[in-house]
Amino acid sequence: MRERGEILGLKRKDLLTLQELGAEEILHILDTAASFKEVVQRPIKKVPALRGKTVVNLFFEPSTRTRTSFELAAKRLSADVVNFTAGSSSLVKGESLLDTVRNIEAMNVHTIIMRHSCSGAVHLVARHCRVGVVNAGDGTHAHPTQGLLDLFTIREVKKSFAGLTVTLVGDITHSRVARSNIHGLLALGAKVRVVGPATLIPKSIAQLGVEIHYRLEEAIAGADVINILRIQLERQDGQYFPSAREYAHLYGVNARRLKLAKPDVLIMHPGPMNRGIEISPRVADGPNSVILNQVTNGVAVRMAVLYLLSGGESDENPD
Amino acid sequence: MKTLIKGGRILDPATGHDAIGDLWIQDGKIESITPPGAKAPQTKDHVISAAGLAVAPGLVDMHVHLREPGAEYKETIASGTRAAAAGGITSVACMPNTDPPIDNLAMVELVLSKAKYQGVVNVYPVACVTRGREGKVLTEMGELKAAGVVAVSDDGDPVSSPALMRCALQYAGMLDLLMINHAEDKGLSGKGVAHAGFQSMLLGLSGIPRSALEVMIARDLILAEETGSRIHVPHVSTEGGVRMIREAKARGVLVTAETAPHYLVLTDDSLQGYDTNVRVNPPLAEQKDQEALLAGLRDGTIDAIATDHAPHSRREKEMEFALAAPGICGLETSLSLILTALVETKILTLLQAVQCMSFNPARILKIPKGTLKPGADADVVVFNPQAERVIRASAFLSQADNTPFDGWKVKGEVVMTLVGGRSVFENNEHTKAIHPA
Repeated sequence: MRERGEILGLKRKDLLTLQELGAEEILHILDTAASFKEVVQRPIKKVPALRGKTVVNLFFEPSTRTRTSFELAAKRLSADVVNFTAGSSSLVKGESLLDTVRNIEAMNVHTIIMRHSCSGAVHLVARHCRVGVVNAGDGTHAHPTQGLLDLFTIREVKKSFAGLTVTLVGDITHSRVARSNIHGLLALGAKVRVVGPATLIPKSIAQLGVEIHYRLEEAIAGADVINILRIQLERQDGQYFPSAREYAHLYGVNARRLKLAKPDVLIMHPGPMNRGIEISPRVADGPNSVILNQVTNGVAVRMAVLYLLSGGESDENPD
Repeated sequence: MKTLIKGGRILDPATGHDAIGDLWIQDGKIESITPPGAKAPQTKDHVISAAGLAVAPGLVDMHVHLREPGAEYKETIASGTRAAAAGGITSVACMPNTDPPIDNLAMVELVLSKAKYQGVVNVYPVACVTRGREGKVLTEMGELKAAGVVAVSDDGDPVSSPALMRCALQYAGMLDLLMINHAEDKGLSGKGVAHAGFQSMLLGLSGIPRSALEVMIARDLILAEETGSRIHVPHVSTEGGVRMIREAKARGVLVTAETAPHYLVLTDDSLQGYDTNVRVNPPLAEQKDQEALLAGLRDGTIDAIATDHAPHSRREKEMEFALAAPGICGLETSLSLILTALVETKILTLLQAVQCMSFNPARILKIPKGTLKPGADADVVVFNPQAERVIRASAFLSQADNTPFDGWKVKGEVVMTLVGGRSVFENNEHTKAIHPA
């Protein structure tokens, strides 16, 4: 689809966080994703960029949509994809994470896409492996491709980040999506607000230059983008907030509250949604919602990441 | 036959002595300190040249995990005491979180017997406060004390019931047995793995708030005050902890406190990169905490520096951060880190540093160590405070080969360690210099 050497690969082996990327690298990924989005809208949604390469989806935490999105991205780049999930592995037999990964590496794979419930688990693997590691979510730390696809979706509509106000709603403390969004948005010049119950917002986040709010109405007033995080009811045990009912009452984004934001506000949600709790169905399905665009863009963004990390080497392969 | 340690800078915190001189040892005891060259050795005497070196009482480390019995793959009494000797430490108080725990006479005798036959430095067992460290039934402290136990502690599992703690303080106090309580409210620390602050927020690591440590310190101080018993607060790591202990001391509460070298040289900034070698409990806190600890050492609020030597095998450290075992090896790095970070920088004088690492912990444990007074056991460390060296985990005598200080350039090298007048460690590179032909 493009001339050899036109796109420079990323000068890194792994993608672990957005914090480690500068604005230039982020924009480079978004630009590349834009060309891949064009590819996936063609009748034949496939390019030979990673032909002959093997990508392993190594998921130590259950996931359907992110894993599928990565799998589609790799397949549309013509890579071979292997899915490895914790339940079917030797992990239950007490093998250490590094031993598991070293075994997979020994089978000569090119890229490991990894999700793990421990923050920093991907860093451990990246430090001990020669193959590239793409973080598909580590604990409550980072989810860089989600951050990138959110940025991509915002840029698609708003064109630029300067002067934008983006409000993140929900459990900031335990959200890797929030952290990745914050690093990316700040690097690109947007203003970021976070809002949620005081029990779920770390005060030290203000040191990053993020505005902290506890009243939803204040936090969404004049906002250009509202990114609504999933409330993980299974993680709460009545300590952080009293009930889903009270959460919806205080922090649920509904049509009435939406009027406080800019008329062209974008509504985003990383999914899966708790309709009627953090987001009302009318808002989720309304004209401001770009929630399904996020999902579509996710594949293009992940294609860009896999392609750029591989440095476009496969183009040199004559067959 | 006598041993003469000749011409070194002799430091005795018990008397405030800090001058060049000759140290004479006979029959395993300190005989005298004489001005340099005042008395000539006999031909049969063993002479050790200490010119340019410091000569101090062997260090006393009141917080060490020797792991035996139960986790001999991490450390043994044999390996741990050799590591201590290499660090200039001649007496260790070993913690009872073994498997089985040190909560009865047989276990105390086992540790003492292993120490006697396989160890090279003095080992003083700390026994449990409660049977099985379960926080329910007191151990037989009377019998344990008679067997040689110097303190009681449930170590990493603090006594959570305030009523039981109150009784334990009364009972241990009656026996003049030191109570050490790991200051952590487990309800508040929860699943936390790092200090709750900016770094843990960035890294997505569950935080342990200061309150988790300070609530327990506050409770223990109140109970110690009410019962009139002695309480020792181990590994103080936060500003609030220092402040409360300072206030309690001013009121006359019988409290003593220790901190560990890692809290004095590292902060939570070192969490970046998820190095599990800095996973430790209590967690590394912030700059302001470090400053408060240093101030506490200077004004005597913090009495002692103890390593909390907590060796783990590589298998337990090469792991996901939250799953890795907390603990840092300290025996072989403690003296160098303190010399580099506290003495070179003039935060403490050399004599004060030696006092915090020998005389003070000995006084807290009420053991006859930490001094070079005539008649005292000849436990002596000879070290070069100026020598530069690079810390190498791979060269540790401890079985653990991990440390956050691997590759650090530090000052201070132990040249020789004597226990009861007998050499238990000698640095090969210096053998020629200290044993003149």
